[in-house]
Amino acid sequence: MEFLIAQWPRFLDGTLLTIQLTLGGIVLAFVLAMTFGVMGTMRHWLPRAVATVYVEVFRGIAALVVMYWLIYALPLLSGFQLEDMFAAILALGLNLGAYGAEVVRSSINAVPRAQVEATVALNMSWAQRMRLVVLPQAWAQMLPTFGNLVVELMKATAVVYLVSMHDLSWIADDLRRLSGETIPVFLVAFALYYLIAQVLIFGVRLLERRANRRLGRVPPSGGGILGLLRPPTVGTKVGVAK
Amino acid sequence: MSPSDTPENTTAPGVGDSAADGPLIVFDQVVKRFGDLTVLDHLDFDVAAGERVTLIGPSGSGKTTILRLLMTLEKVTEGRIDIGGEPFSHMPKGSGLAPASESYLRQRRKSIGMVFQQFNLFPNMTVRKNVMEAPVHVLGLSKDEASARAEELLDLVGLGDKVDAHPTQLSGGQQQRVAIARALAMRPEILLLDEVTSALDPELVAGVLDVLREVAETTDITMLCVTHEMGFARDVSHRVLMFDQGRIAEAGHPDQIFGDPQEERTKTFLKSVLENGH
Ligand SMILES: Nc1ncnc2c1ncn2[C@@H]1O[C@H](COP(=O)(O)OP(=O)(O)O)[C@@H](O)[C@H]1O
Ligand SMILES: [Mg+2]
Repeated sequence: MEFLIAQWPRFLDGTLLTIQLTLGGIVLAFVLAMTFGVMGTMRHWLPRAVATVYVEVFRGIAALVVMYWLIYALPLLSGFQLEDMFAAILALGLNLGAYGAEVVRSSINAVPRAQVEATVALNMSWAQRMRLVVLPQAWAQMLPTFGNLVVELMKATAVVYLVSMHDLSWIADDLRRLSGETIPVFLVAFALYYLIAQVLIFGVRLLERRANRRLGRVPPSGGGILGLLRPPTVGTKVGVAK
Repeated sequence: MSPSDTPENTTAPGVGDSAADGPLIVFDQVVKRFGDLTVLDHLDFDVAAGERVTLIGPSGSGKTTILRLLMTLEKVTEGRIDIGGEPFSHMPKGSGLAPASESYLRQRRKSIGMVFQQFNLFPNMTVRKNVMEAPVHVLGLSKDEASARAEELLDLVGLGDKVDAHPTQLSGGQQQRVAIARALAMRPEILLLDEVTSALDPELVAGVLDVLREVAETTDITMLCVTHEMGFARDVSHRVLMFDQGRIAEAGHPDQIFGDPQEERTKTFLKSVLENGH
């Protein structure tokens, strides 16, 4: 116990790095997901082809392999050494961005055709239609899956352990080696990962609630903390006729 | 305004002296097919500027397709549509015509607005935003100007107290009146109305029709209106076109079409509408 308290600053450093990687990865993945997801819905074949190639390539390659390439192979090929942190965020963002792009694309396609037709009747341009109508409506649809991806990304940051970045996993393993206190060390690591995940999930739920409010969908339990729960499936509600 | 003797080239006298002096809308041998299904079959008809035309006919006869072609939501298979004396379904290219490009359509459909059967309000916006967003972003009005105009139009449709409500908080009839205000905010020359009361509970129909009567009386907007509301059609339209299987079966003044239909198909159709309690 004293050992854990003494080593607390190192845990915090590791946690901080894990959070930085997660946030960096989220920002990059989000930008990539939006860009390639929207491109995947465009009429012209070229942006759709580019989006498909991106998604299929990076969905198929583990973030770890991308990271190895960026950190070990790229310098050999180009003589240019990326910073570890940057390479790791790039690898995570490229990987999760590919999954995110598919979520964005399918959410955009799920916006009712009638909504698009209404924008044509108002003579909106493609960009106006996207910005004012389609994306705000698709957003509510994207968020639940984004929530999963964000947690996936957070867990995937542990791969930087393999290129010796001192994230939470690396610190935990190092402390285990130094002290032999295997169980307590990993319990703390587990708790910290869990905490980060819960904060991320909570944040996404708040965004979801706000997005649904904007669409005029009020959670069935009202606005309180219970509103953060997912609504029950219709059939399971007591007293609701089939 | 007496009925003309042929379905083609029937325009209401007293209207139609627009800038070009010709009809505002011209359908010239328009064919529309979906796969093997021919929905519009070499259709010819004109609409004069300021004219209000009601389209009736059995379900599937192609009425919605006509409005969707005008709103550029569909493309003609053959033939062409001209508006204001200039090609609409096509655009000039070299010495001939080519199918209209998206940028050409964007230029040309400025003058056209549409109200849909299912309202299609934007659920991500308040009522006010629904009405003012397109004027701000498409027409370039200032926010203040567009907002003031939205309030004015919402007053006109009797929803002055709902400007900051959310579409989901409104009844169907109220939503449809917002949709009418939204279309009017773009100052269309041509307004397309596709069974705008069909999705409403019976008690909400009158409110929407009253608004449209007012629009008809106080503006010179050209209106193409698909409806089963025969009383309304009789009141506001200059001319009624009866469609059957993608062709005009009969055309004439509403008093004639409703009072003294000549074609068997028109009689059968009107009878079925009456029996179904529309
Ligand atoms: N996008 C489409 N694809 C295939 N068939 C269609 C499509 N739109 C309309 N149709 C068909 O065209 C015919 C005419 O439709 P419509 O113009 O909606 O008729 P109305 O409005 O008079 O009831 C119908 O048989 C309909 O099923
Ligand atoms: Mg129809």
